[in-house]
Formats: sequence, structure tokens, C-alpha cells
Amino acid sequence: MSSTAPAAESSAASAGLVPTKPRIGDRVFQGLSTGSGIAILVILALVAAFLVLRAFPALTTDPATLAAQGYGEFWSWVLPLAFGTVWAAIGALVLAVPVAIGIALFISHYAPRRLAQGLGYTIDLLAAVPSVVFGLWGIFVLAPALIPLHVWLTTYVGWFPLFSGQPSGTGRTIFTTSIVLAVMILPIITSLCREVFLQAPNLHEEAALALGATRWEMIRMAVLPFARAGIVSAIMLGLGRALGETMAVALVLSGQNRVDFQVLTAENPNTIAANIALSFPEAYGLRINQLIASGLVLFVITLAVNMLARWIVARRAQYSGAN
Amino acid sequence: MRTIGAPLAVLTATALSLTACAANEGTSAAPAGGDTTAAQTSTLSGTLAGRGASSMSVAQQTWIAGFQTANPGVTVNYSPDGSGAGRESFISGAVGYAGSDRALKDDEMGAGKFAGCTADSNALNLPVYISPIAIIFNVEGVDELQLTPDTVAGIFAGQITNWNDPAIAATNEGVTFPDAAITAVHRSDDSGTTENFTDYLHQAAPSVWTEEADGEWPAGFGGESAQGTAGVVDAVTNGVNTIGYADASQAGSLGVASVESGTEFVGPTAEDAAALVDASPRIEGRPEHDYALELNRTAEGAYPIALLSYALVCETYQDAATAELVKAYMTYMLSDEGQAAAEEAAGSAPLSSTMQQSLQSAVDSIS
Amino acid sequence: MSTATAPRQSAQAPVDNPLTAGQLPSWVTIAVGVAALAVSALVFTLLDTGGIALIVVGAVVLFLVVMHIISLAVEGSRRAVDRLAKHVVVTMFLLALLPLISVTWTALSHGINRLDPEFFTYSMRNVVGAGGGAAHAVWGTLIITGIATLISVPIGLLTAVYLAEYGRGALARSITFFVDVMTGIPSIVAGLFAYALFTLVFGPGTINGIAGAVALSVLMIPVVVRSTEELLRIVPNELREASYALGVPKWKTIMRIVIPTAVSGIVAGVILALARIMGETAPLMIAAGFTQSMNTNPFSGQMMTLPVFVFDSYARPGIPREPFWDRAWTGSLTLILIVMLLNLAGRFIAKRFAPKTGRK
Repeated sequence: MSSTAPAAESSAASAGLVPTKPRIGDRVFQGLSTGSGIAILVILALVAAFLVLRAFPALTTDPATLAAQGYGEFWSWVLPLAFGTVWAAIGALVLAVPVAIGIALFISHYAPRRLAQGLGYTIDLLAAVPSVVFGLWGIFVLAPALIPLHVWLTTYVGWFPLFSGQPSGTGRTIFTTSIVLAVMILPIITSLCREVFLQAPNLHEEAALALGATRWEMIRMAVLPFARAGIVSAIMLGLGRALGETMAVALVLSGQNRVDFQVLTAENPNTIAANIALSFPEAYGLRINQLIASGLVLFVITLAVNMLARWIVARRAQYSGAN
Repeated sequence: MRTIGAPLAVLTATALSLTACAANEGTSAAPAGGDTTAAQTSTLSGTLAGRGASSMSVAQQTWIAGFQTANPGVTVNYSPDGSGAGRESFISGAVGYAGSDRALKDDEMGAGKFAGCTADSNALNLPVYISPIAIIFNVEGVDELQLTPDTVAGIFAGQITNWNDPAIAATNEGVTFPDAAITAVHRSDDSGTTENFTDYLHQAAPSVWTEEADGEWPAGFGGESAQGTAGVVDAVTNGVNTIGYADASQAGSLGVASVESGTEFVGPTAEDAAALVDASPRIEGRPEHDYALELNRTAEGAYPIALLSYALVCETYQDAATAELVKAYMTYMLSDEGQAAAEEAAGSAPLSSTMQQSLQSAVDSIS
Repeated sequence: MSTATAPRQSAQAPVDNPLTAGQLPSWVTIAVGVAALAVSALVFTLLDTGGIALIVVGAVVLFLVVMHIISLAVEGSRRAVDRLAKHVVVTMFLLALLPLISVTWTALSHGINRLDPEFFTYSMRNVVGAGGGAAHAVWGTLIITGIATLISVPIGLLTAVYLAEYGRGALARSITFFVDVMTGIPSIVAGLFAYALFTLVFGPGTINGIAGAVALSVLMIPVVVRSTEELLRIVPNELREASYALGVPKWKTIMRIVIPTAVSGIVAGVILALARIMGETAPLMIAAGFTQSMNTNPFSGQMMTLPVFVFDSYARPGIPREPFWDRAWTGSLTLILIVMLLNLAGRFIAKRFAPKTGRK
């Protein structure tokens, strides 16, 4: 969705209509909302300043000095973690997005109208489960239940590179972690998608049906194009959570500092957020700076992903919006 | 809107504090930094903050419960945020005492380096908590396991990968091992347990374990990992053909391996772990009452894998009230009663009586 | 249309009812579903691999393929695709119910042991081993998340209004950009930030409820902004224009027309954000601290919260482990229940204020 079009248009409309006397309410309200926006910038500036200040020593200290103190070179240490973060999040998105869109469509366009709202709440309940509980659930229920699947996949589908290798004996793989993450981001994506689908113009939908479209054709022609920007936004919110999720990953994943595409083995790439949580309590000296610098890297990754999403949305602007 | 938020928050908080109270707590605790002129009686009051190693979290909570019961006016809070956080908070003066899985290093020690202590005061490292670390396993049909240091190192370094390996069979006559891959589980978090375990492997099996002792598992050795003691125990319990290391008290129904120490095989008992501490020399060049120890993992007959946690305190506190609380609390910790309570609730190994006396004299020197 | 109806007429010769001709009767779906499950269970049980997960996956795939082929043969391609889409959508929904049921069941079956009055009236002060409760953690969670909400929702909502209704130019672009950045702050970093900020301003060792609330606000604000902005934007411009045409000032239009139109989604977004921060463990351990005693003053002293309570009971049990274990699960269950109640309350509020639309 274009970020300027509706605002510009509405302000143009109001410019023509607003009488000459200034309205105090308008000024106050605009001031408040602008102030809030600026407050966010200030908060973020503080966080950023804090992060950069604390990360600085790890980035500027001579690698030889770092190595002498047993910390290793920063980039060769953080890149596998960055890979793991993105890898786990991609896995989660691949699993969650089709399911989430499916659920949202089911609730908005397939379920009996009377049931729909209740079913929506049911899925929202997943969001009521705190991440530490998802972590415990992952350890005690999901991972043991998936051990046979790990063995089966490596035995019969092992020719596929992702599924090769010696299967994990505990099921705490990046595969399991991605499923846990997918379940966690599911309600976020579903909830926003559902709202957007419900906002699709009724007239368009009815017109499509009147022309003889099947329900699926109506959804493809009237609902999905309208909702595209909202879907991308929803996915990005989910991705943001998947990238930054700490406790569930820390509890479930058997992670190491390595790059590995096999998803079913005992040795998995760890994620940045989980690694911070795991290493921070015992960290001291330069290690703390190094961990915070890795947080900065996570920042940059999220930023890149979001910019990509904004770009995709902007390219598709002509399909979206209520105008 | 933000300006409305703050007073609202205050209002809500006040409303809540009027109604919220816990049934097991008496009337409101005395405010921090209370009057301590009559400290010799049991009218001790105030709040003492501690922070540090999560390994002795349960022991600390037990000691706190006992100490608070004896001194109802006192609240002690121990945040198990980790040794690093504990040392940092102690250095910055944020807490009265810290828990740490290692003693302060020589370059971290020194008069005037600690904001909570007086300018001419150094810190003291007092080993108050000994926890034997067990090698736990879950292999079908195997109840007992005896391992040499080299075999342990081989398994955890990923060099011995199958349970029917001759190196394992050599020290376990009469036990039939399955032809199954070994899943070796280590701690995924940076921990004192891992540091002590790798220190053991480094000292006892240097030819196989080529890495130095480290709280983080060496990346080159691979293997399965899990978060925390509970995580390792659960991974070993729920997995198949697994082996791991965890505090002996948490082993539960899992098999526990004995390791070779000198000429015999020793299991993780409290006595043998305390023997390790008694056999270890104090680090040279420290203050008179500092008990930082150099653990001797090859001592004959002692169980070599144990975690030793220190309490970090000041020689002289800036705040006399804090000093009084620390002394009283530490005295309770080192008492027979305190050590027995920790053994029962946390499964730690009680200090030997000689160690108890030496540490008590150190506590008496605090001012 | 004639091309579309042609295959339907030719597909089946004997026609009983012209309205349902060429359509599959509903029992076919059920029969194929049961058959697919049976075949999948049989095959994987005989092969003795894969476990329950694989049986379910196999049954679903088999069902979708077989139904599509049957539908293709009987109903024609357009209807077959429609049917496939319907089945996929329903499958996705059922698939999502699996983890929900599993998580709820796990929390319920383990948590029910200690779901007694003592759990909600006792703190852990001077409790060793069994007994004790989480009253201190429940209050801590309510107070800290309450304050975090009071900080985040006004800021988040107004920022979203600014972005959707007023924002233009560099300021709006940079706010959008930085809100995106904020969604990427790892929760533990937010905790470190709050800890550092309070240490800097109020001296070393300042760990209290407000610091925890600030940490949570940093995490909550971007979620509120992102979801609210998206929903404000899809409010049809016709509504705004109609309001302006009647001479209603802009601020009133926003407050009375735009926000109420989107209110159900906004509340849902806020509740989701709240649910997220309520379950945060790492930042609260750092910023709000850890105590076994009741503390209801967010301005002084460490405060316990439910996620920290759960994590601590799980990760650092004493011996025997069972009482710690039970407290961890009951704490989880309590946390889930609190968020569920909030969810219901939110729905109720949203329903009260939402305008009647064609869909309701």
C-alpha cells in the first residue's frame, strides 16, 4: 500500500473544506499524534545509542587481541549465528504462512457465519500461550513425538540434501524448532490476515459471485488482490517475532555455532537471540560487548527484511487500498 | 497521553498494593537500611540483595528461607541471573554479595575495585557450595557404567560414537551394550557446570580433550545440546541412547556412571566431592581470608567432577548495615544447620568441618 | 458459461435432481477421509516407521489427492479446484488446532495438580520444597504488564493515527522505518536497555517493576503501531469523505469514524501484543529482577513475574523435583488463563464499540 496516497488525498479534501477559522481540537490531536511518533523515535534513538555504545568495543578491538582472550574473531563468530537466525525463521514462515492464510480464509469466507467468530478466537488462544510454555511443550511433547519422523525422513528421504545425515536422538533439531516457531507466529499472521480479508469490499465479492465465479475464484479475484499488502505486513510481523524469539528457541534447539543445512541432525546452527540468552548470564568483559554486537546484527537483519517487504508492498500498490 | 499514563499507573499500583498480600507473609517487611544498632539480638532487619550463579539458586533460596524465618525483619533476594551478572553487579556495588561459579581472577581482585566496599578493601572469595556433577546416561539394558577419563573425553568429543565401542566395553565386563549411536548431550548455555566438566577432561584426559576449560562447549566437538541442568536431564531422559552431565542431585532415576579416580571407580557422592575440595590448594598471593581454590581433579580417591561456587563479599563494607546482614547470613550459610538444609533441598555436598571453620573465621573478619 | 456447464451435463447420465446433478454427494468426502486415514495408518504401521505425525501427514495428502481426482472426474476442473481450495483451507484450520489442543492439554494435565487456593494466596517466601504459591508472581505480572500497556497503547495508537492520517514526508517515512527496526529488537536487548537506562538515571542496582515495564513497552509499541496502522489504512476513504462533507473536524472524524470502524482489529492487535509481552522471560529477569516475596510497589524493589516464576521453577528445581515441576506448569496454566481472560474482555469491548457492518 502506498503510504502517502490516502493521506494526501484526504488532506487535499479537507484543505478544500476546512473553514478559515483554525480548529483547536485538530491542532491538539495532530500535535499529540505527531508527538507520539517523535517519542518513538526518541525511544529508538536511546536503544540504538545504548546498543552501539555497548557493541562498539567488540567491533573495534583488534581481532588478534580478541583471539588472545579466547573470544575469536567477531565476524566469523556472528555469521553462523546470523545464518541460523534466518534459517530457522524461513523454516517457520514456510510452515506457517500457508496454514495461516488458509485459516484466515476459512474463518472469513468458508466457516458457517455463526461459528466463524468463535473459531477466530480459538486460534487467537494460541497467542495466549507464553513462549516459555511453548518451549516446555517443544521439549516434552513435540520433540519426542517427532523422533520417529526424523528417523523416517533420514532413512527414506535422505537423498534430499536437507534431510540427510544422522538423525538426532532427542528430536531437538532446527526442524522441530521451526515447527514451534511456526505455531507461535501462526496466530499473529492469522489474526491480521483475517481482519484484512473481512475488510475486502463486499460489493466486489458479490459482483464476482454474481458473474458465476466459484468461491475460490471470487477469493482469487476480489479478496487476495485487495489483501496483498495486509498479508505481507502480517508475514513481516510474524517474521519479526520468529527472528527475535528467544526463550522457546533457547529451550528447544540443540544449537551450535555452525553453518549447516541439514535440518534433522543433532548439530544445528544456533540463532542470535537464543545465543544471547544462553551466553549472557555467564558473560563478562568483552564477551558482553560481543553478544550485544550480535544483537545489533539481528537488528540489521530485521531491517533488511522489512525494507524488502516495504518494497514489495510498494510495487503492488495499485492493487490495494480502499480507493 | 503519556502524561495521563503515569498518574494512572500510580493509581493502579496504589489500588493494587492495598489489596494484594500473600497469606504466608506477615505484615509488611521492614524498610531497607533499617536501624542496626541493636544487631546483636535477633532484631536484625533490612533488605540484602544478592545476585549471581544460577547453579546454587536452590541452595540460596533454602538458606534465605531459613535465615528469614530466624530473622523475620529481614528480606534477602538472590537473583539467579548468572555468575557474570553477579560479578558485574558486585563490582558496581549494586548488590551486597554475589554468587559465582569461579573465583575472581587475580586481575579482577584489588583494593578499591569494588564500589560497595571501602576504598582500601579487597573482595573475598568464599567457596560455600559444592555440587558433584554426575555423568548420566539412558541406555536400554545398561544400569551401571564405569568409564575412564579418556573414554569420557572420547564420547563427548565425538570420537567414540557407538555404545558397542571396545573402549567402553573394556571397563564394563559383563554388560552387553547395544549397537546404537551415542547421543552425547552437553549444555547449550554458558555455565559453570560445563566449565568444571571441561576442566576435568582437560586435566584428566589431556591427550583426547585438547581444548582448555571453558564455560561454553567447544564448537569443534559437536554433539547434542540442551539448555540448563533441567534441559540436559530431560534430553537424556526423553532421548534414546543418550549420555550427558548434570548436577548429581537432578539425576533422578537415570543411570549414573562412575569414573576412574586413581585406581578405583568413584561415583558422585557428597563425601567424595567434598574430599576433592579438601585436597585442593588455595591460590597463592590472595588476601589472608580469601579461599579461592585451585581444584585438583586428579586427587586420589576423590570424585573429580564437582562444581564449586563462591560467595563474593567485601572485606569491609561501606554500609555497616549491609556488612551486618552479610555476616549474619553467611554465618547461617556455613552453619551445620544451613549446610544440612542445602544438602536436603539442593543435593549439595556439605563442607567438611575444617573448611567450615576456616570459612567462619573469614566471615568473622568482615566488617 | 456454456463451456463450463457442458462437462457437468455429460459427466453423469442418470439425473435425479437437476439442481445437484454433477455434484458429489457429501458422504463421499467423509468416506474418502476415513479411507485415507485407514490406508495411511495401515501402511505406516505395517512399515513400522514414522509414528503418528507421519500417519496424519500421509492421510491428509492421500485425502486431498483422491478427492481432487474424483472431483475432477465428476464435477469438472473449475469446481474441482474450488473443492480443493476448500479442503486445503479446512485442513489448514484443523492442522492449527493440533498444536493448540496439544499445548492446552499439556498445560492443563500438568497444571491442574497445584491449581488450588494456596497457589494464588501464597508467595514463595520461606518456602522450601513443596507448597507455596505464585501470588507474588501473579501480582507482579499484572502490575508490570499493566504499566507497559498504559505506556504502549496510547503511544502506539497515536503513532499509528499519525502515520495513517497525518504523516507525510521525511518524518512519517523515518517513523515507519524505525518502527520496523523496533520489531527486530531481541527481547533480551530490551531488558538490557531498560536495566542500563535505570542504572544510569537512578544509580546502580535499580531493578524494579517500572524498569521491567519500560523493557516490555519497547517490545510492545512496534507491534501495536504495525497492526493498528494497517487497519486504519483499510478503513474506506468514503467514510472519511462523508464525515468531512458533513463538516466534522478531522480529529473527530478519526476518533468517531475511523478508529471505531477498525476497533475490533485494533483491540485484537493490542491483545496479541499484550499476550506476547506477558510471556516474556529474559527481559524481566534482567530489568525487574527476582524475588520470592510479595512486592506490589513497582517503584521500589525487585518484582517477580509469572514467566520468570515458570522458567525458574522449571530450570532450577530442588530435590525432589516434583513440587517445582507442578508449580511451573500451574504457573503456565495461570498465565494462559490470564491472557485468555484479557482476550475475552478485549472482544467484549471491541464488540461494544464496533459499528454494525454488513458482516456482523
